[in-house]
Amino acid sequence: MLTLQYMPYGEIEQLQSEERVRKILSVVKKNRIVLLEGKLEREEETELIKQTMESISESFKGIELGAINPTERGDAAFIQKLKKNMATLLMGNRQGMTIIGPASIVRQIKQDPEKIQVFTDVGKRRR
Amino acid sequence: MIQLIQNFINKVFRDLFRKKKNLKIGIYGPPNSGKTTLANRICKDWLGEELGVVSSIAHETREIQLKEKVTIKSKDDNEMTFSLVDTPGIATKVDFEDFMKAGLKSKEAKERAKEATKGVIESIKWLDDMDVVIVVLDATHDPYTQVNITIIGNLQARDIPVLLVANKVDLKKADVKRLEAAFPQYDIVGISAKTGTNIDQFYEGLFAIAG
Repeated sequence: MLTLQYMPYGEIEQLQSEERVRKILSVVKKNRIVLLEGKLEREEETELIKQTMESISESFKGIELGAINPTERGDAAFIQKLKKNMATLLMGNRQGMTIIGPASIVRQIKQDPEKIQVFTDVGKRRR
Repeated sequence: MIQLIQNFINKVFRDLFRKKKNLKIGIYGPPNSGKTTLANRICKDWLGEELGVVSSIAHETREIQLKEKVTIKSKDDNEMTFSLVDTPGIATKVDFEDFMKAGLKSKEAKERAKEATKGVIESIKWLDDMDVVIVVLDATHDPYTQVNITIIGNLQARDIPVLLVANKVDLKKADVKRLEAAFPQYDIVGISAKTGTNIDQFYEGLFAIAG
């Protein structure tokens, strides 16, 4: 069975970066895939990697993560960039979605600016 | 706002250090992208000796490796001296069983996994010390991984100049265009650190962002 846990951005909004990461990791360590509304800051992503590495053990092998934010296309035209800046101003980091799963379940996350594909090992385990 | 002030202070300090010529150039990237092969190529080209051991098993470099006073010359005879920092590959997972599949014994594999996790943490800690970073990506792999995006995004957030390198262009599966499409805001130099293909173009690129 695959458990997906939705985490609205409001659930982490008031937390400090380290606490945000700790909260996300605590769910992932329960073998659940976190669907986070919005995205983490770049520095928080490195904090997530750092805390993940500190937690690695024989039973916890790390995480797979992927984020999608269609407004973040690097080749966007000027008007699109302007719209993006306006949206960022109004919504902060609530735009897009981030998926964080335990590496023992999520084998790979493939992403591009428009889609995200999650490859799991769940079916393989059953066989 | 605080981030902007922080970036400005970082930039002022970096510029000061650059003027003192204590330039620190880091080589970053995911495991097995060819970071140490490139570091060895640079050291061999300009110092006549290699920096580290290269292996097909991931996480061969598990500690920061530093070579001081590397001086390179451009085509128009400009010189640049810097400390070269080869870093362990940044990853989000480390599984000792992968090392066992690569032929290591259980104890050795567990030890390597433990060292690899420490290496990733060290790489992240050293990010703040870098003046310029060469990000080495494997041109035969999918560039849209969160590790790549996180590394490059972090450097951008810290306002650290980046040279993006698409390595392993000597391999048939290499696709530099795919990398260019993934990171359109950067100039990308396609090289083979192993064979030396386009290495002159790489040095010119390094002069352009760090010289």
